[in-house]
Amino acid sequence: MGPLTTIVLIPFATVIILMFLPRKQEQWIKRICLISTGLTLGLSTWLVFDYLARIGGIHSSKLPSGIDLPLEYVEKMPWLSNLGIEYFMGADGISILMVFLTAVVIFSGVCASWYHNYRTKEFFIFLMLLVTGVFGVFVANDMFLFFLFYELAVLPMYLLIGIWGTGPREYSAMKLTLMLMGGSALIVVGILVLYFESGGHSFAFSEIAKSKIPLTTQTWLFPVMFFGFGTLGGLWPFHTWSPDGHASAPTAVSMLHAGVLMKLGAYGCLKTIYMMPEGAKMWGTFFMVLTTVNIFYGALVAIQKTDLKYITAYSSVSHCGLVLFGLATLNPTAFQGATVQMYAHGLMTALFFALVGMIYGRTHTRFVTEMGGLLKVIPFLGVAYMIGGLSGLGLPGLAGFIAEIQVFVGAFTLDSVGHRIMTILAAASVVTSAVYILRALTRMLYGPMVDPHHEHIKDATFIERVPLSLLVFLLAFSGIFPGWMIRLVEYSLAPVVNQLQRVAF
Amino acid sequence: MSGSWFIDHLWLVPLFPFIGFLITGLGLRGFKHAVSSAVAIVAVGLSALVAWGAAIDYYGKFGGKTLIPWQYCWLKFSPTLQGNVGVYVDDISMLLTIVVTTISFFIHIYSQGYMHGDKGYRRFFAFLNLFTFSMLGLVLAPSLIQMFVFWELVGLSSFLLIGFYWEKPSAVAACKKAFIVTRFADLGFLIGLLLLAYYAKGLDFVHINDQSTIEHLNSIKVPFLGLSLLPVAAILVFMGAAGKSAMFPLHIWLPDAMEGPTPVSALIHAATMVVAGVYLVARLFPVFAIAREAVAVVLAVGTFTSLFAAIIAMTQFDIKRVLAYSTLSQLGYMMLALGVSSWEHPLGFTASMFHLTTHACFKALLFLGAGSVIHAVHTNDMREMGGLHKRLPITHITFLIACLAIAGVPPLSGFFSKDEILAAAWYSGHHLPFLVALFVAGLTAFYMFRLYFMTFWNEPKDLERHNHAHESPLSMVFALVALAIPSIAAGFIPFGHYVYRGELEHHGINWLIAGASIVAGLCGISLAFILYFRPNDLPSRFAYAFGVFHKIVYHKFYIDEIYLYVTHNIIFKYISAPFNWFDRHCVDGFMDLTAQATLQAGRWVRRTVTGHLQTYLVWVIAGIILLSLIIWNLNDVIIWGLAIIALSGVLIAYIYQFVCTLLKKTEPLKRIDRD
Repeated sequence: MGPLTTIVLIPFATVIILMFLPRKQEQWIKRICLISTGLTLGLSTWLVFDYLARIGGIHSSKLPSGIDLPLEYVEKMPWLSNLGIEYFMGADGISILMVFLTAVVIFSGVCASWYHNYRTKEFFIFLMLLVTGVFGVFVANDMFLFFLFYELAVLPMYLLIGIWGTGPREYSAMKLTLMLMGGSALIVVGILVLYFESGGHSFAFSEIAKSKIPLTTQTWLFPVMFFGFGTLGGLWPFHTWSPDGHASAPTAVSMLHAGVLMKLGAYGCLKTIYMMPEGAKMWGTFFMVLTTVNIFYGALVAIQKTDLKYITAYSSVSHCGLVLFGLATLNPTAFQGATVQMYAHGLMTALFFALVGMIYGRTHTRFVTEMGGLLKVIPFLGVAYMIGGLSGLGLPGLAGFIAEIQVFVGAFTLDSVGHRIMTILAAASVVTSAVYILRALTRMLYGPMVDPHHEHIKDATFIERVPLSLLVFLLAFSGIFPGWMIRLVEYSLAPVVNQLQRVAF
Repeated sequence: MSGSWFIDHLWLVPLFPFIGFLITGLGLRGFKHAVSSAVAIVAVGLSALVAWGAAIDYYGKFGGKTLIPWQYCWLKFSPTLQGNVGVYVDDISMLLTIVVTTISFFIHIYSQGYMHGDKGYRRFFAFLNLFTFSMLGLVLAPSLIQMFVFWELVGLSSFLLIGFYWEKPSAVAACKKAFIVTRFADLGFLIGLLLLAYYAKGLDFVHINDQSTIEHLNSIKVPFLGLSLLPVAAILVFMGAAGKSAMFPLHIWLPDAMEGPTPVSALIHAATMVVAGVYLVARLFPVFAIAREAVAVVLAVGTFTSLFAAIIAMTQFDIKRVLAYSTLSQLGYMMLALGVSSWEHPLGFTASMFHLTTHACFKALLFLGAGSVIHAVHTNDMREMGGLHKRLPITHITFLIACLAIAGVPPLSGFFSKDEILAAAWYSGHHLPFLVALFVAGLTAFYMFRLYFMTFWNEPKDLERHNHAHESPLSMVFALVALAIPSIAAGFIPFGHYVYRGELEHHGINWLIAGASIVAGLCGISLAFILYFRPNDLPSRFAYAFGVFHKIVYHKFYIDEIYLYVTHNIIFKYISAPFNWFDRHCVDGFMDLTAQATLQAGRWVRRTVTGHLQTYLVWVIAGIILLSLIIWNLNDVIIWGLAIIALSGVLIAYIYQFVCTLLKKTEPLKRIDRD
């Protein structure tokens, strides 16, 4: 059993173990989850190092020349062989980075849910089930398997929000699930069409990419699939599940959903481009327009919000817009930026939602207008929030900057006036994001104490400091030493870039 | 390897303060106050030592050459475009390195006394070290990308230090404003950087400043505006520079930044960070020298700012704000000097760097002196001071030296550098900027001595405060004296030998120009003497005589109010809020409508399931008819018919629901929930 299967099976095994534990043993349930997520974190960290070593280290500049994905740790077994469906696991650098992100976020999420006390057993079972799906999506290379995991990742969300959420949770849960299911429906259509158009031999990504899907099919299928995945990636105008869903979801679920699940969408979009390069070239500009709207509009709406979760959700819309924007430009540098943004935004938004949850647990409000001067009583949480916010507004030295600058440099290679204007509008989001982030930050942390009840709240406990420190450390580390991420994604994006170059127009 | 230990190890210069920041900031919250300030001071002291060693080696052995002792590919954009970080050694980077480390060192020492007993003492020194680190990283940047990275980091340290007293609402507003305004300017810098990165295919200064690259850039036309690329990129970069150096109209953040502790104002908002913009333009001198349109912008903005800020400075009463406007005005001077320089007349370049250096000394001294005064009387308002010359003798003397220096009285440092700027403007044929600069020299002398007389002479206005005033502790006095020495003597450095571009024609002091500037200065001083040396009612009569004009100037030309109006009443209200509405009611509204229309359609279809046998019979018959139609090979008709029926059903449901929503007859989905 290879490392990839292991990493998928660890959370699944946890689900099974948890089922047999008595529900009263809440501490043990949490401990087991912590251990298993700790294991996945260790394993995924090892994968990062090992993969880097396999591709020649950080300083190597060797790139794969063909259009085969540079997969490592491949596991291949026939599954439904008459349809060509295989159990096909394999990871390239992007998968590795995303697996690492998932492991970090779920580990942090478990720590952040340490004080969870309502139907704890079921909560963690669903959470682990969700994670199984997420890990699976990133390492599956057979589209059938991919879709299986994809649905596994989307569905438990309904229960997690509907049962453990706050506010209008049933509405939010239903909305989120239905909209994402709508996206899934498009994806199913896409997968089946691709399968049949490529000759009906295989569901593997590389095989389909090599088989040259007919141009007419690509013309209509590309937007279908891009919208399908884009819905999960927060593509405008199908982003509205995100603010409501994230606002209602419990802390760990918001973290995982905004931090990782939205990246599934972007990851799928990247695969779509890989499989249909002509379609991508045809529709690239169209999606650039939509994602420019995403970026700018998300930031402008966030300025108006006073609920911390809504602010974070709209900032996610804006930042995930940047991911899709980078992909839509079809430029290697922007691809790098987009992929790094997936990682950077994952860390950042997980940090945000963890903090919002912790702050809400103390102040019993999420409205910045009802807070003020909190830095005095919760310095640790406050500083962590500031660092997250600074990464959000693209401060150099933190991971967000690496991503943004790469996307902008890449997008700037498109030198028609329209593209330039879109790029400049997207770049202008660095100002608007500074506005909403600083407004929220200073309102909440600075100034005199607004509510006298807040005088006595306590700062973060040890178990809460663990995830915050981990996320802050990774944000800073990746921002100061970006070489390893760039190497991972540069190497693995080469096939996509080669595939696009192969296309004549 | 250059053969000089100091130059080879120049990376230590930013590293020391960074380590100091980590130690004081992160690990050791339990430190005693004295220990954390000691760590910070030692860190900066070591870095100053290395900097001086390197500078002496550089100007001694390699004068005029560019060295890159260390470089590393930090961020790879594509196989051909790399973002390098490293250490860039040339005349201006070495100059700025010693200016920054030295002044930062003295200000660290000063702060030890000034911040004594403050509960944020450790935090203060951590941030001060962070700032020094960022500023040195900026100064030593070999590429635009490193410049931009540290550009943002100095902005961050500035934000943190302006908001140092974060419980005070005015400080919070000020730090937010500083960050957002400079951020807006940085957008220009960023786009300029992107343009240069794309067309020049490189981000290293060596590459961009190369003559062939510049010619290549100059031959490209940007697709819009019909301009050549070079000036566009240069103007965009200048926008960033103007933000950081607080040029009009992006100057509004600097006076408010005085909310920070006074040593911060001295270090960041007078001596070092605000000159980063000047430095950036100087760094890209070869680009600006070719991009004439951009230089014209630099000249116009610089000249206007110097005049504009000097006029405002004459009417203000907050001692730090007067100094802040004075800083604006002097920064305008430096920009003006850069604006008149070109390859034919490179004197302006030298003059600008010269003035930057002397200004850093005397302006830091002025702020520290002001800090000493504030420390003694606990107010910023000059109207509550007066007669302090006996109470604060050392502060008084050093402050006087700085005032004389900034007023351009020979033989103090300010005289020489100001004279060089005037000469540069005159010789390059820019007569109007020359006249403005001369006028501003007079205004400068006036408002500085207005401040000086109101503070140290005149009559004590508030005896309570006056009697409690006493000279500052040793550490503060030491810093004052230490900075007074270069303020006096820096003018005698043969600056043109060390810092120059192109061929500098060495002409001595033109006594006509120097005489004019001395006369202007003396006029200003005399006028200030008449008005403010002794208590009298002349100032208020003057203010009355100017009436409306005085009011406008006193309110800083209402620029802040205009900005506030634009951001709050236009951008937030008419752009951001409608977007928010659109998102909730149109985009999301459509999703809700879909859901409700589906529910409605379901309700309609449910009516067909009545439970009555008769109804089912109707459906059975309908089914039989359909089947028989299929038998008659009418598949297409049936399929289309069914599709049309279904689609129109959906459409009707939508329309029905939409009308219901408009008439507010439906329950919003959210309220159907439990809680």
